[in-house]
Amino acid sequence: MASITIDGKVFEVDEKNNLLQECLSHAMDLPYFCWHPSMGSVGSCRQCAVVEYANEEDQKGRLVMACMTEPREGARYSIAAAAKFRAQAIESIMINHPHDCPVCEEGGECHLQDMTVMSGHTYRRYDGKKKTHNNQYLGPFINHEMNRCITCYRCVRYYKDYAGGTDFGPQASHDNTYFGRWQEGPLESEFSGNLVEVCPTGVFTDKPFSKHYSRKWDLQSSPSICTGCSVGCNTNPGERYGTLRRIVNRFNDEVNGYFLCDKGRFGAEYVNSPERIPVSMTRDSHNSDPVQIEPALAKDALKKAAKGAVAIGSPRASMEANYALRELVGEENFYAGISANELGMLNKIIDIYQNKPVNVASVKDIEGSDAVLILGEDLTNTAARLALGVRQSAKNLGRQMGADLNFPIWHDAAIRQLAMDKLSPLYILSPHTTRLDDIAHTSHISSAENSAKIGMAIAHAIDASAPAVEGLNKEEQALALEIAETLKSAKQALIISGTSSLEPALLDAASNIATALHSGNSKANLALVCSESNSMGLALMMQGSGKSIDEAMSAGAKTAIVLENDLYRRAASAKVDAFINSLDQLVVLDHLKNRTGEQANLVLAAATFAESSGTFVNYEGRAQHYYSTFKPDSNIRSSALWLSDKHFNEITADCAAAIANCAAILELTPGENYNFAGLKVPRQHHRYSGRTSMRANINVHEPKQEQDEDGVMVYSMEGVPAIKDAAVLNSPWVPGWNSNQSIFKFQEFAGGPLKQGSKGQRLIANNSTEKTWYEAGTSDFSAEGYKVFPVYHLFGSEELSAYTPAIQEKATSAYVSLSPEDAEKLGLKASDGVQVEHNGAVPFVVRKAIQPGTVGVSVGLKGLNFQDMSAAIALDKAAEWKNPDLWRAANIIVSDKREERVD
Amino acid sequence: MNNIIASTALKARQLTDEEIHEIEHEKTHYPYAQAVGLEALKIVQKYQGWVSDESLLAVSEYLDIPPDDLEGVATFFNMIFRRPVGKNVILLCDSVACWMLGCDDLKAHITSVLGIEYGETTEDNLFTLIPVPCLGDCDRAPSMMVGRELYRNLTNEKIDQIIADYKAKA
Repeated sequence: MASITIDGKVFEVDEKNNLLQECLSHAMDLPYFCWHPSMGSVGSCRQCAVVEYANEEDQKGRLVMACMTEPREGARYSIAAAAKFRAQAIESIMINHPHDCPVCEEGGECHLQDMTVMSGHTYRRYDGKKKTHNNQYLGPFINHEMNRCITCYRCVRYYKDYAGGTDFGPQASHDNTYFGRWQEGPLESEFSGNLVEVCPTGVFTDKPFSKHYSRKWDLQSSPSICTGCSVGCNTNPGERYGTLRRIVNRFNDEVNGYFLCDKGRFGAEYVNSPERIPVSMTRDSHNSDPVQIEPALAKDALKKAAKGAVAIGSPRASMEANYALRELVGEENFYAGISANELGMLNKIIDIYQNKPVNVASVKDIEGSDAVLILGEDLTNTAARLALGVRQSAKNLGRQMGADLNFPIWHDAAIRQLAMDKLSPLYILSPHTTRLDDIAHTSHISSAENSAKIGMAIAHAIDASAPAVEGLNKEEQALALEIAETLKSAKQALIISGTSSLEPALLDAASNIATALHSGNSKANLALVCSESNSMGLALMMQGSGKSIDEAMSAGAKTAIVLENDLYRRAASAKVDAFINSLDQLVVLDHLKNRTGEQANLVLAAATFAESSGTFVNYEGRAQHYYSTFKPDSNIRSSALWLSDKHFNEITADCAAAIANCAAILELTPGENYNFAGLKVPRQHHRYSGRTSMRANINVHEPKQEQDEDGVMVYSMEGVPAIKDAAVLNSPWVPGWNSNQSIFKFQEFAGGPLKQGSKGQRLIANNSTEKTWYEAGTSDFSAEGYKVFPVYHLFGSEELSAYTPAIQEKATSAYVSLSPEDAEKLGLKASDGVQVEHNGAVPFVVRKAIQPGTVGVSVGLKGLNFQDMSAAIALDKAAEWKNPDLWRAANIIVSDKREERVD
Repeated sequence: MNNIIASTALKARQLTDEEIHEIEHEKTHYPYAQAVGLEALKIVQKYQGWVSDESLLAVSEYLDIPPDDLEGVATFFNMIFRRPVGKNVILLCDSVACWMLGCDDLKAHITSVLGIEYGETTEDNLFTLIPVPCLGDCDRAPSMMVGRELYRNLTNEKIDQIIADYKAKA
């Protein structure tokens, strides 16, 4: 710590941080554009200028940029003395900036507006012509309006340096400086949406949001959790007039930090889909037409059906909904709505997290690791936010090099120059190339079983007491030794694997490696990724039991209740068909129409995450609460409240009490009795407009304030927001800071953890120090045909987001990936299709780095059901083939490495 | 295997043997192939007169630099021409010394003789006129370059002579 004086006041500051960060941490309003807590300083915008004095006698001082200044012990600075310089700087920045705030979507949450006002430039003296630019089409997610650009370079530093994008950059110089793509076209990075929040003004704005735009202060919002995958990124959905308008990032120091993936940001509009189930419906037989049924009657019918029914839970439904279903039918009749293999893998993950000497890695832990091994997980497509985290971990070698030379850690440009292409080691074992290959030391193409074997060999090489394996070739033995040495010599090694490969042996191997690395007090980081937003919660709910969907379907019940689950995504079509045909009654609770729901006798209209509250448990076993953003139509209810007569908080409490490890889910909210001076937390901004008029076309009487499930927040602008010390932080706002940058006012220090609100609760405690091993598998795969491995797509593989128009534009129809040798063997030409055994014909792509004899089959994309695939399949050239309308080969981006690209 | 999926994307031009030879020579001066980007663009321009999209893509593929990065370099340096130019590029200095000694009049004269404004090329493709901030020749201002030749202490008459010489050479 150092003691410095700013404008006559003495502050204790951390000299490892730059002066700007410390000023912000000490609640001073110092303008800035180019600095970002996650990206460090480059000193390009000249907005954070302050005056530094040489000594006590110095009256004049000199201008320095606070973001590029290390606070010196005893130094004297002045923010006030540089006010004129900052006003001049922003005046020159504003010369070419259009006067279009009223029609700009950034208006009202614009960092540039805030800073311009803050620095005192309120009158425009320049009356010359402004520089104008052409805008580009950048795909379905992002609008481009280059005229608004103030050339702070934040977009490039985020897109290229932080997120590793290659198809975007700065062009030309001085007045002509332009930020865009080489040629028009969709941005390729899976994290492009963050440009919307990173850009301090309206150059990059949210395109789907444009289509039903509303000002920030007119959006009703709440703290929420993304439903896109098992990472559980924190989000702030915004609603107006009963429809979900957009998603923005909600800061969580340990999980998503400042950034979301594009599926998270743009994939939630399924809430407004025309495919939504708007009302509950019933019908007598499979063949008759469904008729609408009143909510009260629907609930009665559900209760009647529950007797003797099997209940199928869901990895995408909340803890509360799953628990309410379990209560309704009894524990013995409750089954996890996932395959036996997936449930077995999830149970194994819980066992590893609980009983092996490992540190379960949050995204923050991942970013802090300095040697990474990924076993069979295509992170960019299965848990994208982790891939962005791994990308940051690769920069740790450069940071270390900088630290060795006493460079300040925030000095971004210097550290990048120093590191050049030197990266912390990343090893990937995968059946195909991935989007992280460009930063990988080695990307080894190998089947999941074989990768597991290599993993076992790595563990054995680190700790000889771990079981050995046989059957690896020389090259792979050498690779295993190399990886073992790298992981052993790392300060903080990280192993990542997961369930998406469908291969349990990979988890065994990951666990053994992490266990082997344990010595003394140090534990290796381990992240095991699951498939859906509450996969881990569902597995916890099963408490080690293996009651999978396969068992549910063979239980012989005559009635089944299916909670938020399309069974055809869980088991082979023929099995599901037979099961549904054997039933007298099928009850489905869901938000969207799907193949299972279409066959139901009773459908209950279930609320989505945006219209209900609940708890999800992410891949780390971190329970997080989402608050409903808006009240749904009276015909729609949250699944938990369809299934139970209890108050929502009681369901949470009962679940916490009844389910092992889940006690802490009660601590995620301040509880229904929470108030601050008698007031709750508002969902609406205090500037929310139209409260009395927005329903006037229906009725001039204002409706009664609706109650929500949690009892913590209200659907109103009345109440006590976080700025006045409420325990729950909704959308951040403080006077003078209307943009998302205001978040630093709610952090312990600028860029640090939040003062208010929950970062979630880790449910699975682990104090294990004992080394125990999984045995190496012995099964050697041998079957006729092409060996199948799953291929995931960030856009399209996940069930709910696939209903969103912008996501559909980035998705493609189902396809298979083949090696060049196999494509030739099958006699395939560019215009051909491939006939897949047990399935129809689909298009194909050729990828050089696929092993001959194996075939990658897309999961979840339209046109092919992965569940109908056996472990090995026959392939043939399709007769009379025409590519389907949804086929978009250009959307398949397999690698940044040129030689692997399909184009 | 590139032909398996039809693509409408722009295709790279095949670099000539001379271009490849010179680029390879430059590569020996730098630790990374990527560092040769600017030199490679200059080499391409030397042979082709300008850098077309197809040429940019060719260099990008040859050196394994994303085209977006290379475009950043190509557009940053204004002597890399991303649009076709005439056989002779006239760089007329419009910096302080030349301005004081009447470069505006010279520009008007060139425009009247050749019929081109700044940034334009004559119809016979012989001349392109571009302003340049300084040629470092202030003591003999006004001055200009045509191709790689420097011309100083210019007058309208001298310019007529220079243009006539280049026309005669064509």
